[in-house]
Amino acid sequence: MTAAFDERAELLHGWGRTAPTHATVWRPRTSDDVRARMGEFGMRGVVARGLGRSYGDAAQNAGGHVVLGTALDHVLELDLDKGTVTCEAGTSLDVLMRLLIPLGWFPTVIPGTRYVTVGGGIAADIHGKYREGSFADFVDRCTLVTPDGEVRTISAETDPSLFWATAGGMGLTGIVTDATLRLHHIETARITVDTERCVDVDDCMTRMLDGDSAYRYSVAWIDCLARGRHLGRSILERGNHTTVAELPAGSDAPLHYAPSRNIPAPPWAPTQLLNPLSVAAFNELWFRKAPRCERGAIHTIEGFFHPLDAILGWNRMYGARGFVQYQFVVPYGEEAVLRAVLEKLAAARTASFVAVLKRFESSNDGMLSFPMPGWTLAVDVSAARHGLAEMLDELDRMVVDVGGRVYLAKDSRVAPDLFTAMYPRLDEWRAVQASLDPHGRMQSDLARRLGITDRAPRAEPRKRTRRKHA
Amino acid sequence: MRDALGDVQSVLVLGGRSELALATVQALVARRTRRVVLAVRDVDAAATDVEQLRERGATVDAVEFDALDTRRHGAFVKRVWGEHGDFDLVLVAFGVLGDQERALHDAAHALEVVRANFTGAVSVLVPIAARMREQGHGTIAVLSSIAALRPRRANFVYGSSKAGLDAFANGLADELAGSGVHVMVVRPGFVHTRMTEGMDAAPFSTTPDVVAAQIVAGIAAQRTVVWAPPILRFVAPVLQLLPRAVWRRMPR
Ligand SMILES: Cc1cc2nc3c(=O)[nH]c(=O)nc-3n(C[C@H](O)[C@H](O)[C@H](O)COP(=O)(O)OP(=O)(O)OC[C@H]3O[C@@H](n4cnc5c(N)ncnc54)[C@H](O)[C@@H]3O)c2cc1C
Ligand SMILES: NC(=O)c1ccc[n+]([C@@H]2O[C@H](COP(=O)([O-])OP(=O)(O)OC[C@H]3O[C@@H](n4cnc5c(N)ncnc54)[C@H](OP(=O)(O)O)[C@@H]3O)[C@@H](O)[C@H]2O)c1
Repeated sequence: MTAAFDERAELLHGWGRTAPTHATVWRPRTSDDVRARMGEFGMRGVVARGLGRSYGDAAQNAGGHVVLGTALDHVLELDLDKGTVTCEAGTSLDVLMRLLIPLGWFPTVIPGTRYVTVGGGIAADIHGKYREGSFADFVDRCTLVTPDGEVRTISAETDPSLFWATAGGMGLTGIVTDATLRLHHIETARITVDTERCVDVDDCMTRMLDGDSAYRYSVAWIDCLARGRHLGRSILERGNHTTVAELPAGSDAPLHYAPSRNIPAPPWAPTQLLNPLSVAAFNELWFRKAPRCERGAIHTIEGFFHPLDAILGWNRMYGARGFVQYQFVVPYGEEAVLRAVLEKLAAARTASFVAVLKRFESSNDGMLSFPMPGWTLAVDVSAARHGLAEMLDELDRMVVDVGGRVYLAKDSRVAPDLFTAMYPRLDEWRAVQASLDPHGRMQSDLARRLGITDRAPRAEPRKRTRRKHA
Repeated sequence: MRDALGDVQSVLVLGGRSELALATVQALVARRTRRVVLAVRDVDAAATDVEQLRERGATVDAVEFDALDTRRHGAFVKRVWGEHGDFDLVLVAFGVLGDQERALHDAAHALEVVRANFTGAVSVLVPIAARMREQGHGTIAVLSSIAALRPRRANFVYGSSKAGLDAFANGLADELAGSGVHVMVVRPGFVHTRMTEGMDAAPFSTTPDVVAAQIVAGIAAQRTVVWAPPILRFVAPVLQLLPRAVWRRMPR
C-alpha cells in the first residue's frame, strides 16, 4: 500500500544537529495528497516539516511520519494593489523575497534566516527585528488540513480559536497547505541603518527604549564573553526601509534584490575555533570593527537581515554533538534577570560568538506564541559543553520566576514542568487541540518530550483507533 | 525523549536491582528521568528500591523478569512496551558471576552463568531491538565487562559469557546504526557491589557511582563503548598484549 507514496526512512534532526531520530519522510506533491492521506497515518502519528530551521526536535517524529512540505512551494496569487500574496506553505521566504522585493513588497516579519517556510513561520509564529507583531499577525488566512483530513480555511476573524492554536502551535493542529500574507510596501531594496556601540547592557537597553520608536527594525548584538563593567557590551543596529529620495543620486534599479547563493562553511569544521579564547579574540575584533556611531548607512536587505545566510551549513561548525540555541523572553521591568543571565553566560565562558537582543512591544492571541512585551535574548552554545544542562535549567528557573518563557522553535532541552509554567494558555490550547485531534494523530518529538498534547496524566497506555490499513 | 544535552526521560532496567543500574537510575532521576520500570526476578524484594526512586519524583514500576525464562521474553517485551510506551533508555544490567571452581565440575552451573549472561540477554535483546527500531529513537546500554576482552583463568566462564554478550551488543550497534537507536557497550572493571562482595579488589577498582556517571555521560555523547573507570580504555589493550604464559599466572 505504501508503494504509491514518495517516502523513505530517514534520520532527522533540527538545525542544532542534536537528538536525531528516525521517521518515514513523505514528500507530498500537492495539497490534495495531504488531505487524502491525512487520516491514514499509523499509531505514531505525523507532523509537518519545512526547511528544518527550528533548532530542536519540533519537526521530527520518531517512528512515525513526517510530511516534508517543501515540494508544496507554488505561489498561487499575488495582489499587488492590496499587497498580499497567497502561496503554498512550503514556499520559503527566500523565494518569496526574490519575487516580491523587485515588485516593491516585503514580508512584514522575517526571521534571522530567509531559509524558512511559510508553514514553519506560522507554526512557530516567528518574529524578527520588527517589534510590533509576529508572523501570524500578518497572515490573513490559511488552509489547514486537520488531523482527520478535513480542509479548513481559517483566519483570526472567522475561527479565532483554531487560528490562534495553529499559529505558534508547532505543527500540532494539522498541516497548513497554503496561506495569504499581508505585505509591507517598500520603495527600495535597501535599509538605512544607524549603528551604535553600547558600553554595557544597561547602556544598550536604555538606548533601545529611548530610540527604537524612530526605527522599524532594531537589534543588538551582544558580546557574551565580556564581563565586569563591560558586561553586555554590544552593537546596536537599527534601520528603516530606504526611500528612493534617500538613495544617492543616480542609483538605478532601486528594487534590485539578488542575494548571492550561499557558500558552504569550511569543510574542515574548525571545532577548535570555537573555544572561549578564539571566540573572545573574534568578539574583540568584531566589536572594535563596528563603528562607534554611524548614521544613515545604506545596507542591502540581506546584509542587514541575514548575514548568516551567506554561509551555508554554518551549524556544522559546532562539531558532532551539535549545539543548542537558548532563547528566552522576560517582561519589561525584569531587566535584572536579563543582566543576571548575561552574567552567568559570561562567567561560564560559553563560547558563543554573539548573542542577539531584541524587543517585543506586544503579544498576539497565539496560545503558544512566544512573543510578549519584553526583552528577548538568543545565544548559541555547543551541546558538548560540560555542565550546560544544569546551567540552562538554572537560567530557565530565573526566567520562569518572572513570568518569562523559552522559545519552542529553538528549544531542545527545557524541563516539561517548566514549559507548562511558561505557557499559561497551554490548557486552553490543549482543549482546542484535543477536540481537533481526538485520536492523537499529531505527534512530534517535541510534543513527546514536553508532553505538549498530554490530556490525562502520562503513562496511560496509548490505545489509538486503528484505521483500516490494507 | 532524549534531549539535546543527553538527558533521558524514561528508562527500562533489566536486572532492576543491580547496584550499578540503581546508581545509574538515581543519577538519571536527579535530572530529567520521570518514568522508570525495573524488571526484576523478585518484585517484592525490589519494593524499597522502588520507593526510594519514587521519593525522588519518578513514576516507578517493578515488573517480573527472569533472564533464564527465555520463552517468555517476547511476551514480556510486548507487555512492557504496551503498558509503558517508549523507552529512551534500556539498561541491560542483569548478570551473575557464578562460581568458577564449581563450574569446572558442574556443567549445569556453568550453563546457568552462560544462560543468564549471554543467552538470556540475546533472547531479550532481539525483541527489544525490534521495539526500539520501531520507536525510532533511544539508547540500549549493555553491561559487559572488562572480563569480556580477555577472559582470565580465574573467571573464564563468566568472562566467556560476557565476551559473547559484548560481541552481540557490538554487532547490534552496527545493525541499528542509522535507525535512531544507539547501542552502548559498558565495560566496567572491578566495581564494589554485591557481586564482588568479599573479593579482593583488582587494580583500578571503582564504585557504582563512577560507573553510573560514565554511563550517563556516554548516553549524552552517544558513545559506543564506555569504560569505567575511563583509564581502563588504555589498560585493556596492554592486558591483551601480555604473553599467554604471564596471563595464565595472573592472580585470581
Ligand atoms: C539562522 C537562524 C535564524 C533564525 N532566526 C529567527 C528569528 O529571528 N526569529 C524567529 O522567530 N525564528 C528564528 N529562527 C527559527 C525559525 O524561524 C523557525 O524555527 C521556523 O519555524 C523554521 O521554519 P522551517 O520552515 O524551517 O520549519 P521546520 O523547522 O521544518 O519546522 C518548525 C515547526 O513548524 C512546523 N511546520 C512546518 N511546516 C508546517 C506546515 N506546513 N504546517 C504545519 N506546521 C508546519 C513543524 O511541524 C515544526 O513544529 C531562526 C533559525 C535559524 C536557523
Ligand atoms: N560489579 C562488578 O565488578 C562488575 C564488573 C563488570 C561488569 N559487571 C556487570 O554489571 C552488571 C551489574 O552488576 P552489579 O555489580 O550491579 O551486580 P548486582 O548488584 O549483583 O546485580 C546483578 C543483578 O542481576 C540480576 N540477575 C541475576 N540473574 C538474573 C536472572 N536470571 N534474571 C534476572 N535478573 C537476574 C540480579 O537480580 P537479584 O537482585 O534478583 O539477585 C541482580 O540484581 C552485571 O551484568 C555484571 O556482570 C559488574
